[in-house]
Amino acid sequence: MAVDTKTRALHWEKTRNLTYIILALWALFGIVLPWFAGSLNAYSFLGFPLGYYLCVQGSLIAFVALIWIQNWRQDAIDDEFGVGDE
Amino acid sequence: MALESTEKRSSFIDNLGKIYLLYTLGFLVFFGLMAVLERMGASAQTIGSGFLLFTIAIYAIIGWLSRTAEVDAYYVAGREVPALYNGMATAADWMSGASFVALAGGVYFGGYPYLGYIIGWTGGYVLVNALMAPYLRKFGCYTVPDFIGTRYGGNFARVFAVIILVVASFTYVTAQINATGTIAAQTLGISFEVGIWLGLMGIFICSMLGGMRGVTWTQVAQYIVLIIAYLVPIIWMSNKQGFGIIPHFSYGDAVARVAELEAQYGLTAALQPIAGLSVLTTPHNVPGDTMNAWKMVSLSICMMAGTASLPHILMRYFTTPSVRSARRSVGWSLIFIFLLYFSAPALATLTKLQLLDPNLATSIIGKSFTDVANLEWVKHWTSVGMLAVSDQNADGILQLNEFFMRPDIVVLATPEIAGLPYVISGLVAAGGLAAAMSTADGLLLAIANALSHDLYYKIIDPAAGTRRRLTVARVLLLFIGVSAALVASLKLTGILGAVAWAFNFACSGLFFPLVLGIWWKRANTEGAIAGMVGGFLAGSLYLYLVFNKMIEPWYGMDDIRFGIVGMAVSLVAMVGVSLATREPSKEVQDMVDEVRVPSGRTILGSTH
Repeated sequence: MAVDTKTRALHWEKTRNLTYIILALWALFGIVLPWFAGSLNAYSFLGFPLGYYLCVQGSLIAFVALIWIQNWRQDAIDDEFGVGDE
Repeated sequence: MALESTEKRSSFIDNLGKIYLLYTLGFLVFFGLMAVLERMGASAQTIGSGFLLFTIAIYAIIGWLSRTAEVDAYYVAGREVPALYNGMATAADWMSGASFVALAGGVYFGGYPYLGYIIGWTGGYVLVNALMAPYLRKFGCYTVPDFIGTRYGGNFARVFAVIILVVASFTYVTAQINATGTIAAQTLGISFEVGIWLGLMGIFICSMLGGMRGVTWTQVAQYIVLIIAYLVPIIWMSNKQGFGIIPHFSYGDAVARVAELEAQYGLTAALQPIAGLSVLTTPHNVPGDTMNAWKMVSLSICMMAGTASLPHILMRYFTTPSVRSARRSVGWSLIFIFLLYFSAPALATLTKLQLLDPNLATSIIGKSFTDVANLEWVKHWTSVGMLAVSDQNADGILQLNEFFMRPDIVVLATPEIAGLPYVISGLVAAGGLAAAMSTADGLLLAIANALSHDLYYKIIDPAAGTRRRLTVARVLLLFIGVSAALVASLKLTGILGAVAWAFNFACSGLFFPLVLGIWWKRANTEGAIAGMVGGFLAGSLYLYLVFNKMIEPWYGMDDIRFGIVGMAVSLVAMVGVSLATREPSKEVQDMVDEVRVPSGRTILGSTH
């Protein structure tokens, strides 16, 4: 099944943009927020200091969500261009 | 032969849910049986041995049933592993003896900077999913060097990838075999050396006959054991001590209380340190200055990039039926991993509270020294040299800086501290063994497969037939396993040190060559070689200098963070050299285009 060049280019553009968004959010939860855990500890969440909560639970939940959201959107992109493999 | 014909195999795949449900129930029944035996007066050693031998026997049976004579099944489990089960297998592959045994202890003693491991070892999967797994699955390779060798062409690139893979994975596997030996020795009451060889035999039975297929189905079984063994004690302890039914969402108060108690007792160094054991000196939750923030974040970056470059993890995603299911299985992997990683800090906090808080019956700090020294669990762990209490200021009271512990016993000792029955300790031992064995399986297979497929078949003897290839693969597996066990018996580093090094080696040498191979068409052979060699050598050299104290660590980058240096050099070298040399051929650029769409044939044929 050959995919023409134009479809490829559009598909890749959308795939790439989605990936950039996911990576930006990944950096937020994986790097930026843990960095500022000290300041965030001034706030409280579910009875935890917020900075601590993010490092032991919040960011982890965000990572799981990021993967499932990316896959949900990526499946839609693949189907839109007819290049899904299932 | 079991699982050999196509019909039998697909009926096995169709019935996976039933099979593993039955297995889980069987394991729980066995757990109940052991609990009854304990009531009837069976000794701790009988119960511990029962748990280890029963679980090893199960893994061996699965390994035997999964035996194969096909290349495709041996290298990539026939590419028929459903996403959910691949997620479980990856979680077991991923969570090593270090995660299971040492992580909670690390949080207990390491405070905020240590949380970099928690963030790093979960956040890495976002990178695996976004940058690597689906594309490598589309590529259709058997091993990670297979991708490097085909994308960049030429034997040089392939060989360098194999070398980095072997160094990173071998560092890691010795730590796992060490953990296997420690657990077997303690539970069965045999010597550490005998424990190592016994563990190695278990590992061989899982991996040798069935290759990736055998490892996959034993890893699923091992995940089930390890997650039950991690969660049951935490939930049991939490209920017994009144921390709530499921403590994970409600231990915020405990964090605050620990901070109060730390202030009350004071976090001071021991008057006379005891080698190999630690006293608590790092506050539980004080992020502190910019340097601490950088230490935390730099550690997590190394672990995240390392996750996305470690071949034994990436190759798990070669076993799914499609690109889409490879992605889905990354999602499942992280859910299964999350279950353990969000429990470890809860366990660390609650254990600490139990020891420190004078309002709790289990507390020891501030109590009479003689009383504490006579506690059963204190005596038990002191007798094996993993714990010590020493009244160094001679006031007859146990102070916080007079309680010494090896960090990696927190998980193993918690059931005893909380006064849970011994059957829980037996369960935890079985879980630790499952974690260490499953990771060792994956790593040994990654090394042996790279050597047999990339070095032997692709470079030395491309004419070799199926039988010969599989024989070579198995002989190499045996050889590498035995060498790893020999190195492990030297006890060079603690469990966690060697694990962190593996991640740093992997990200120094492989992260950018893998990512840019997919995401940057302009990346070429010369650039990839420069990236691999430059990054790997720079990282290793920095490690050597820092570890031997020949230079001061730059900006707090010590021996567990050398991947930052390695990756920086790797990126600059790879981009610089790629741009300075010719762009890749049209065929290579078309290949990259093809990798980026899920549909269509894989780049490498189903048997290559």
